[in-house]
Amino acid sequence: MNQPSLFSSPRWTVTSLTAYLREIFESDEMLRDVWIQGEISNLSRPRSGHIYFTLKDGGAALRSVMWRSSTARLALDLREGMAVEAHGYLGIYDVSGQYQLYADEIRPVGEGLLYQEFLRLKEMLEAEGLFDAEHKRSIPEIPKKIGIVTSATGAALRDMLNTLQRRMPLAEVILAPTTVQGDTAPPKIIAALDDLLRIVPDLDVILLGRGGGSIEDLWAFNDERVVRAVAASPVPIISGVGHETDFTLTDFASDLRAATPTAAAELATPITIDELRGATNYYADQLKIQISTALDKYHINVDDLCVRLGYASPLKQIQRDAQSLDGLLHRLNTRQTHRQDLMWTQIKGMNRRLEALNPQAVLGRGYAVLTRQTDQKIIGSVDDANAGDELKVRVVDGEFGVKVT
Amino acid sequence: MTEKKIEKMSYEEAFSELETIVATLENEQTSLDKSMALFERGQNLSSRCTFLLEEAELKVRQLSEDGLIEADV
Repeated sequence: MNQPSLFSSPRWTVTSLTAYLREIFESDEMLRDVWIQGEISNLSRPRSGHIYFTLKDGGAALRSVMWRSSTARLALDLREGMAVEAHGYLGIYDVSGQYQLYADEIRPVGEGLLYQEFLRLKEMLEAEGLFDAEHKRSIPEIPKKIGIVTSATGAALRDMLNTLQRRMPLAEVILAPTTVQGDTAPPKIIAALDDLLRIVPDLDVILLGRGGGSIEDLWAFNDERVVRAVAASPVPIISGVGHETDFTLTDFASDLRAATPTAAAELATPITIDELRGATNYYADQLKIQISTALDKYHINVDDLCVRLGYASPLKQIQRDAQSLDGLLHRLNTRQTHRQDLMWTQIKGMNRRLEALNPQAVLGRGYAVLTRQTDQKIIGSVDDANAGDELKVRVVDGEFGVKVT
Repeated sequence: MTEKKIEKMSYEEAFSELETIVATLENEQTSLDKSMALFERGQNLSSRCTFLLEEAELKVRQLSEDGLIEADV
């Protein structure tokens, strides 16, 4: 055994040695990224938000800390005695001189295996083309018949029905109740899906889902048989399994993945009843607008026809005829008057001529007419007058008798 | 046109015929008689749509060993 030299001066301080050891820990590749399995003990959660605990098994113990920044991602409710797998790096806490695990993730034991199985199955089915986008069918905008495959008693069903009632109460829902968790779940889910497709062949879309839970709770939706049945469904399937962060293989195989059952019901009803109300009101308004436009057109036509009818009316013809009759009458009158005037003039002329011929007028100038008393013969010549004849003399203002000598 | 009884129409049927009628009035020269008949039928269709929307209640049935039954949910 080496005898330490009494005269050598100390090469290390505690601090420098601790720093040296920490250097060794922290530069070791393996120690910087480890998964460690153990049981939780000495759990402490002070108000700082950091979590302190000891991981132990039958033979050893490991001091561990999880900083508050990592606890936010912690899905697990840590308990004393819980068997977990913790991930992180190993370092040395100078103040107490202890090495410890700085954990950034803690999960239940067994989850790692499940996850590896998940990845293996996912890779296999993906290679088969089961998840290819070209197999995805589109979701109808206004589904009339919606199938739901889920537990009859779960919150998922209630959430989906509430959402459907609110968004599209015109739809009809057919529920195929099934167990959604545990070993019996996969064959039951498949049977429910088969029954649904067989009994209600005219479904528009199927909602397949369950509420949130641990990865084990959701495991039925990673079952290869279930995933294949979902991919093979002739009716589009919307999956809504667990929470936002949960992805199952069923989600990959379905035609549309929703974050939650509620979201699945929303995606199944892209058009809501409010939009239908809007559309109906729009068309009801359009109907009124179109008919009044059409009627206006007819009114205009009728008005136009009325005007034209007015022109074509027999009354107009009569008025026109009456007018020309008036014209004719006027012309007739005018002409008549003219003719009468003319006649009057002629008559007057004749009268004047007649007057000139009137023997009375000759008498007026001092002439006399002699007629024989015995035979009233006018004495027009000397030969007519014999001595002793008694004659009647007519002058302008009367007559008297004379005797021829 | 084969005319289905309006009071037996589904929302989709009533709405789609209403759409057609509006388009006909919009685009085609129809006689006054025909326009009025279309309008009247359109009004009945839109009433039918509104009625169906107001009365709509999600119908839920479920699969059982006896086939489809009313769901108790």
